[in-house]
Amino acid sequence: MTPPAFAESRPVRPVGPLVIAIENVTKLYQMGEETIHALRGVSLEIRRNEYLAVMGPSGSGKSTMMNMLGCLDTPTSGRYEFNGSDVAAMLDDELAEIRNREIGFVFQTFNLLPRSDALRNVELPLIYGGVPRHERHDRARKALEDVGLGDRIHHRPNELSGGQRQRVAIARALVNRPSIILADEPTGNLDSKTGDEIMALFEELYEKGNTIIVVTHEESIARNARRIIRLHDGLIESDGPVY
Amino acid sequence: MNRIIYEMTESIRMAMAQIRANKMRSALTALGVVIGIMAVTLMGTAIRGVDIGFQNSLAMLGEDVLHVEKWPWITGDDWWKYVNRPIIKPAEAVRLNRIIEATPNSELDFAVFVHGRGGVSVKAGALSISGVVVFGSTGDYGRILTADFTDGRMYSETESDSAQQVTVLGSDVAQALFPGRSAVGQVVVVKGQPFRVIGVLAKQGSFLGIFSFDDQMLMPLGAYRKYFGIRNGNPEIQVKIKDKTRVAEARDELTGDMRRVRAQLPGEPDNFSINTQDAFKEKLDPIKQGIALAGLFVTGLALFVGAIGIMNITFVSVRERTKEIGTRKALGARRLTIRLQFLIEAVSICVVGGVIGLALTFLTCLGVKTAFPAFPLEFSAGLVVISMLVSVATGILSGYLPAASASKLDPVVALRYE
Repeated sequence: MTPPAFAESRPVRPVGPLVIAIENVTKLYQMGEETIHALRGVSLEIRRNEYLAVMGPSGSGKSTMMNMLGCLDTPTSGRYEFNGSDVAAMLDDELAEIRNREIGFVFQTFNLLPRSDALRNVELPLIYGGVPRHERHDRARKALEDVGLGDRIHHRPNELSGGQRQRVAIARALVNRPSIILADEPTGNLDSKTGDEIMALFEELYEKGNTIIVVTHEESIARNARRIIRLHDGLIESDGPVY
Repeated sequence: MNRIIYEMTESIRMAMAQIRANKMRSALTALGVVIGIMAVTLMGTAIRGVDIGFQNSLAMLGEDVLHVEKWPWITGDDWWKYVNRPIIKPAEAVRLNRIIEATPNSELDFAVFVHGRGGVSVKAGALSISGVVVFGSTGDYGRILTADFTDGRMYSETESDSAQQVTVLGSDVAQALFPGRSAVGQVVVVKGQPFRVIGVLAKQGSFLGIFSFDDQMLMPLGAYRKYFGIRNGNPEIQVKIKDKTRVAEARDELTGDMRRVRAQLPGEPDNFSINTQDAFKEKLDPIKQGIALAGLFVTGLALFVGAIGIMNITFVSVRERTKEIGTRKALGARRLTIRLQFLIEAVSICVVGGVIGLALTFLTCLGVKTAFPAFPLEFSAGLVVISMLVSVATGILSGYLPAASASKLDPVVALRYE
């Protein structure tokens, strides 16, 4: 399954209620003597069932934006509301809960636990969410089946191919039924054929009603989304649908 | 609440996987704790062993016997206070018994006069044994003896009153003079006089390794005084008490009775000593405490070194797995979760080390016990509990700092770590 050649021919699903509302967010880093303005006042709204790509060259604030969206970091100033709750003022452990319940991470380097099998890896967010054992098992197995790895649940990461590892990571991101799936260069460590397969999987997930944010510097990957945000020098340069 | 349990189960599983994956490293790290726990437990067994050996020795003296003597058992440089005291006489025992009988609800049971001396040679045919301690007493003494008879009996009141030449031998004496056969009915020669053996005592062992209860020989008081004289040796009155938990009360009563016997005036200091096994206990306690204190220091040092090893390796583990920590945090692990994970890892290594150390101690005890049965080592269940608690505490202490540093990692920085 390959992504369609023309963006216009792809269906755009109707969007739902507001999930993320960012208003005039800035982020400063202190690097020795120097203060780095990673974000200089960014405003953004993301609704349920959007498929969004965040683009920009290195140093554009793309990574900072992703950390902010993923609630790994809080803004220096500005407002950030996630499903109506104010994330900007939250403490570490409160952020951890938001990440656990609302956000599914997919990393470029997969970030699987090397000594745990696929099932255990996928169960991890459920453990942190306090889901009882049997339910945990069933849900993790189901998530792995959903990404086409129903026959690999007891394989360890080193027994899986790169594409399969990323599928495990996607299953892990999905298992807690998060509000958004946040993927950071999800095809960066994969060959182009496997990368296409992963993007096809994202397309499938989008059609099932998931909200997906892909952070990438690759135009071809970004064009799979329905909306592209381009960052430059810590500011949003453009924000619009894919044509 | 459930979440913590799930997280802990997961942490224990991860810790075990981690130990399995780094077998060599974990083993070397645990070695410090193994040595520490061995030091703790061996010290524990040794102290307990000394204690039990001491208790056994004291029990030979009889926990329910008070000794009225001219000299106290433990003296300092105040010997001049005692030297002019009158010696203890058999008639005083008779009078004591009369008072005891006349006292309602007396704490005391009865008194027996015993006269003894050491360094006596005993012969039987061609065999002889020297260094025997001979006691002369009335037949009542049989009721005070802590040893059982392996053979024969104690002499009767009639035999003792008529100063018959009969004797009861300690097991070593019987063994030496009549090897491999029964001593009862045989004749031994003491001071050129023949004594017929009528009983043999069971083996008791030695008192604190100084004085053997098996080198003794008992004979009727009349016979003893006839051949050994009345001025030499150590005459004493042994008083059996009714309730060994009320030694202090019994002692007070006996002091009063003895003062009456000797018609001492009020205000006059006692001209006798009442000795009990407690005197030794008081003497030995500081020694025991000294051993324990020195032991505590050594074992503490060993454990401290072990703990530093574990702290170091846990820091390394945190460093190595920074990216994993970042991932876990991204997936929703809270600070406590991360902290628990590394604490449990440190504790697991310590507990594994503790179990190995304990097993080694157990084997050592077993080995020493079979090789040297007399050596005081005593393994106990309490030791298992203590060493496990110490292991867990060591793990918590050594894992705390690295675990805290892991829990405070910024997820953004940790995820970027290569």
